[in-house]
Amino acid sequence: MKIEPLKLLGSKPTRHGFGEGLVALGEENENVVVLGADITGSVLTSFFQNRFPERFFSIGIAEQNATTIAVGLALSGKIPFFSSYSAFAAFRNADQMRISVCYNEANVKIGGGHSGITVGPDGATHQSLEEISFLRSLPNMTLIVPCDYHEAKKATIAAGRMTGPVYIRFGRSAVPMFTTEETPFEIGKAQIFREGSDIAIIACGLMVWQALLAAEELEKRKGISARVINLATIKPIDVETVTLAARQCGVIVTAEEHQIFGGMGSAVAEVVVKNCPVPMEFIGIPDRFGESGEPDELLEKLGLTWREIYNGCLTALKRKKSEFSSFRRPTDLTFENKEV
Amino acid sequence: MDLGFFPTLTFENRKRNAKELAEIALVIRRDIINSLVLAKSGHSGGPLGISDFMASLFFGGYMKYNPQDATWAERDRFVFSAGHYCPVQYSCLARAGYFPVEELATLRKFGSRLQGHPGREVKLPGIETSSGSLGQGISIAVGMAISDNLIDKNNRKVFAVTGDGELQEGSCWEAAMSAAQFKLDNLCWIVDNNDCQIDGRVRDVMSIYPIAQKFEAFGFDAITIDGHNFEQIFEALDMFVSNHANKIRKPTVIILQTKMGRGVSFMEDNYEWHGKPPTPAEAEIALEQLI
Repeated sequence: MKIEPLKLLGSKPTRHGFGEGLVALGEENENVVVLGADITGSVLTSFFQNRFPERFFSIGIAEQNATTIAVGLALSGKIPFFSSYSAFAAFRNADQMRISVCYNEANVKIGGGHSGITVGPDGATHQSLEEISFLRSLPNMTLIVPCDYHEAKKATIAAGRMTGPVYIRFGRSAVPMFTTEETPFEIGKAQIFREGSDIAIIACGLMVWQALLAAEELEKRKGISARVINLATIKPIDVETVTLAARQCGVIVTAEEHQIFGGMGSAVAEVVVKNCPVPMEFIGIPDRFGESGEPDELLEKLGLTWREIYNGCLTALKRKKSEFSSFRRPTDLTFENKEV
Repeated sequence: MDLGFFPTLTFENRKRNAKELAEIALVIRRDIINSLVLAKSGHSGGPLGISDFMASLFFGGYMKYNPQDATWAERDRFVFSAGHYCPVQYSCLARAGYFPVEELATLRKFGSRLQGHPGREVKLPGIETSSGSLGQGISIAVGMAISDNLIDKNNRKVFAVTGDGELQEGSCWEAAMSAAQFKLDNLCWIVDNNDCQIDGRVRDVMSIYPIAQKFEAFGFDAITIDGHNFEQIFEALDMFVSNHANKIRKPTVIILQTKMGRGVSFMEDNYEWHGKPPTPAEAEIALEQLI
């Protein structure tokens, strides 16, 4: 299948996709209800609130209660969406997510907004970098990290149409928009955004665009053919696409706006090690907290740009050739090759 | 009445007098002892203490349910937020006819639908939600009551029981705040106030008193009763039924003053019986007393 090259179409925050997706869902299903936790204008559940005030419930700054009230609504046949910042919607309510949402298999949808370091000036307290690790360990949970505005909207609508707990992780800042309304989206299905055979870059969230930039540079500068995979659904993971990438490309680099430990890259590694072990490199937050700054400054400082992906690919390719010949300290998160 | 090991009798849910309910409560208490001694682990004290109230709620005609159709759309719902009390709930469900009484012998055992704390995953008829991590079931009940009162605008009721030690969980007060804010007059919150928790007296471990005043300050209609006096139990449940019928736009809380381990002399009002089962010898003595 020929894959059309993706172009930059502008920029828009993924939270807009979430907010608009909720309104679209509200139109199609009257059982969709939304719970707010005071920051409705930030996570844009306000769109739904304005359109369907009678189906919006303000719970206040009480994320534990909001999560479990959502469960009570779900057990009554409603399709409740609760949204707050990921810092509070995945951790403050962690026990509620585990027991009341997931063990109950309750049809609860959580929108985790302002995720990652790109929440920016608010600093480390509000920069959630660990929720993928936690959420993907919960049985019955579906976890989606959309790559741009359009995908966030489609993911929100798809979440409302499926039965079972879903967590959608989205961000505050405007990020590159490069998929369109027509780009296919299916929960559980990874998408190849760029074909390639020398190396596979698997990314999620805002790092997908950076992966595409890195792939382009690899081809331009080194003639390396890099496949780029958008792994929007981290759980359940698309075992087939990931395994095929390992088998056909022989080396993988993952990229995510999240801690390396336990994150999307770890999920990929679980699949790769079991089905087709190949060298891997992981681009993500290197076991530290964030800090205040503008999103771009932080992405630069913490190593979440196309350059790190590019360098990671060169390092990984070197290992592909040497077949694990050189011993590396297990905790080493830096790269040997730094060309750009 | 046959009081053998798990006698197969079931009870109808209808208006009853105190004497009839006391006999049913006795059957429930025997079920608790029998299932716990077989389980070799579990919670004795709380379930025995709340048996009089549970007999009244399930078999006194206060709650609408259909054991032949556990998910009947018009049923009232019951949530045990204090999930560790489940032996008493399992007994009530079995005695109502939701599942065979013999299944009570499988409590906490491998492959059983009678999990150590209620699990919705095992699909035991009559269990509305998993519970066990304290302070969560009550918020789930609030969500159910919102669905009934504010969205579907039907006539269903939601009953939820928390322990008194459970009120130490901050999320209970988040639930209380929201129950009042949403004017959930279809919600009946029952606090089992036996003043016992694992580490000792609730008032010593971390006081939650005064309970009624706290709930009143939150906007509840509160009533405190002797949880072993059937006339007072009727009065409290009648009050809730009338609050609901008259749409008073306030949730109701019933504070049950109970004795942990009620009915078994060596367990009564002794917090050490919060989380342990009787040995076979102790069970024998207990059953002799529960006649």
